Amino acid sequence: MSRIQSCFDQLRAAGRRGLIPFITAGDPSPELTLPLMHALVGGGADIIELGVPFSDPMADGPTIQRASERALAAGMSLRKVLATVAAFRQTDTATPVVLMGYANPIEAMGVEVFVTAASEAGVDGVLVVDYPPQECVAFAELAKRAGIDPIFLLAPTSIEARIDDVAKAGSGYIYYVSLKGVTGSAKLDLDEVARRIPMIRERVGMPVGVGFGIRDAQTAKSVGAVADAVVIGSRIIEEIENAGPDAAVARVTTFMRSIREALDSLGESRS
Amino acid sequence: MQMADTPYQMPDAQGHFGPYGGVFVAETLIPALDSLREAYAACLQDPAFLAEYHYELKHFVGRPSPIYHAQRWSKLLGGAQIYLKREDLNHTGAHKVNNCIGQALLARHMGKPRVIAETGAGQHGVATATVAARYGLECVVYMGSEDIRRQAANVYRMKLLGATVVPVESGSRTLKDALNEAMRDWVTNIHNTFYIIGTVAGPHPYPQMVRDFQAVIGEECLTQMPEMVGRQPDAVIACVGGGSNAMGIFYPYIPHSDVRLIGVEAAGEGIDSGHHAASLTAGRPGVLHGNRTYLLQNEDGQIIETHSISAGLDYPGVGPEHAWLKDCGRAEYVGIADGEALQAFHDLCRFEGIIPALESSHALAYAAKLAPTLGKDKILLVNLSGRGDKDMHTVAEKSGIQF
Repeated sequence: MSRIQSCFDQLRAAGRRGLIPFITAGDPSPELTLPLMHALVGGGADIIELGVPFSDPMADGPTIQRASERALAAGMSLRKVLATVAAFRQTDTATPVVLMGYANPIEAMGVEVFVTAASEAGVDGVLVVDYPPQECVAFAELAKRAGIDPIFLLAPTSIEARIDDVAKAGSGYIYYVSLKGVTGSAKLDLDEVARRIPMIRERVGMPVGVGFGIRDAQTAKSVGAVADAVVIGSRIIEEIENAGPDAAVARVTTFMRSIREALDSLGESRS
Repeated sequence: MQMADTPYQMPDAQGHFGPYGGVFVAETLIPALDSLREAYAACLQDPAFLAEYHYELKHFVGRPSPIYHAQRWSKLLGGAQIYLKREDLNHTGAHKVNNCIGQALLARHMGKPRVIAETGAGQHGVATATVAARYGLECVVYMGSEDIRRQAANVYRMKLLGATVVPVESGSRTLKDALNEAMRDWVTNIHNTFYIIGTVAGPHPYPQMVRDFQAVIGEECLTQMPEMVGRQPDAVIACVGGGSNAMGIFYPYIPHSDVRLIGVEAAGEGIDSGHHAASLTAGRPGVLHGNRTYLLQNEDGQIIETHSISAGLDYPGVGPEHAWLKDCGRAEYVGIADGEALQAFHDLCRFEGIIPALESSHALAYAAKLAPTLGKDKILLVNLSGRGDKDMHTVAEKSGIQF
């Protein structure tokens, strides 16, 4: 069983919602990524989404764009991201790590080389933002065979046939983008989320994480009432940005705890 | 060449040109692209839509654009005869408007009251702002702040036409970053917004759609050349940044296998200098801006900053159909450096009384190189894709002159 699947099994058994933080690897510096990953776990993360920086992050808002620029300026690369995951696995063998990024750095490395290296490093899932299912059949199969879950996005605008395509190609969980826009926007429509998630979960037969636009404990709690997990990215990067390198680890831990508490206060209210 | 037997039919239903093209975008854009594809396919079958498109090209743009025999320049070069397809005479001064008319009509057909565009040199932004004013659409143009600095006159033109010009400060602050930002706008405002992409790149159906709207250039040439000289040219030459003017003139010539198709990329300060924008000559395949194509990238797959004296060629990718035409050998791609383009710019001004765009000057420069190697009976057809008024500032600066 994959680390991601057993993570969601345990969450379900305990009646808890998953908390999936996102940080960009290498932001603000490659050296700080490993301590930040441990801090995320210490603050209550169930799964870590680790952003692979790209020069042209088309689906990201200004916050994650800035994080990518800082990471690249600090010399981060896909190879170094994999090395960081391997280092994380030295002490944490339980927390699933999902790489999230864009297709080009992976294709530049070579798809097969990447899948092998990611598997060896201890990566559990890969979400390639600009790889919709129809463009990455071979990649998704390759990843699955190496024990890596290919994770796909669904959007408020996705039609049912599309949801079925994503269900067929993906494994691990579905990342539901809770708004029309880029990461970090502030236009989350809670009613829409509450309406769509049960249908999507039913149709895909996988846990559903919801992200894009979750900025505080209250929203996390509302989303957590209907989703299997909440994903928080831009807001955490703002914490790192505002704290500066010295205080980043402490600030991220504190912020994560506030979200964790909000999610845990939901109890087992969702059937 | 295998194409002689089988008719050229690209792209396939999923937008692939061999291994290139496709739909490499986040899920949030997929439904918008699906409905665009459907609307475009329907309009292509709609005689009323096509009639309106052609009416606008004739009465608003001023088509057909003439072909001009550059006799003095040809004689000075001492070889092949150079003919110019005068896209610089179009309303707004470049080929870009052909595509903007098509897409703006499509936006209206789809009930979208707002159009957005990215622009590098400003030509596509001006063309979009122009048609938006013509059809009463709200218009927002994204432009890198570095390009805004280089193309101040075009920025003012867009504003005069009622468009909002949004400076883009991310990345290299040029065309590619403007494209990223326009995509972000589109994904956020899909319900009321149509994204008018200016070149034959981006996710399917854009490369096909922009090519189809620009193919009027080559279609006219197919008729005009036999009328003027009794036959088709020996070679068709066009500059390639994203590649829309080149696809527009190449596409109708693809089945004419005895006509050479030559795309000219910006070699900037020279391919070896690393400061250039020659994706097909010096790049390798990858994924950017919704399609797979040749890209200028570092070994880690990050897109690198490009350089060209002409903002319109300053782009690290290229339309996927050019990538395919290169691989299958139907078209050849060469590079022309900044200095060579400038020389051709000055020559055309002095010997023919035509001020060409710096983009088009790259195609002219290659024609000037090729002509002397060929006999006087050979014919080169160059797509003069735009006029050079917008480049006065850049050229003057290079000559050490300040206004």
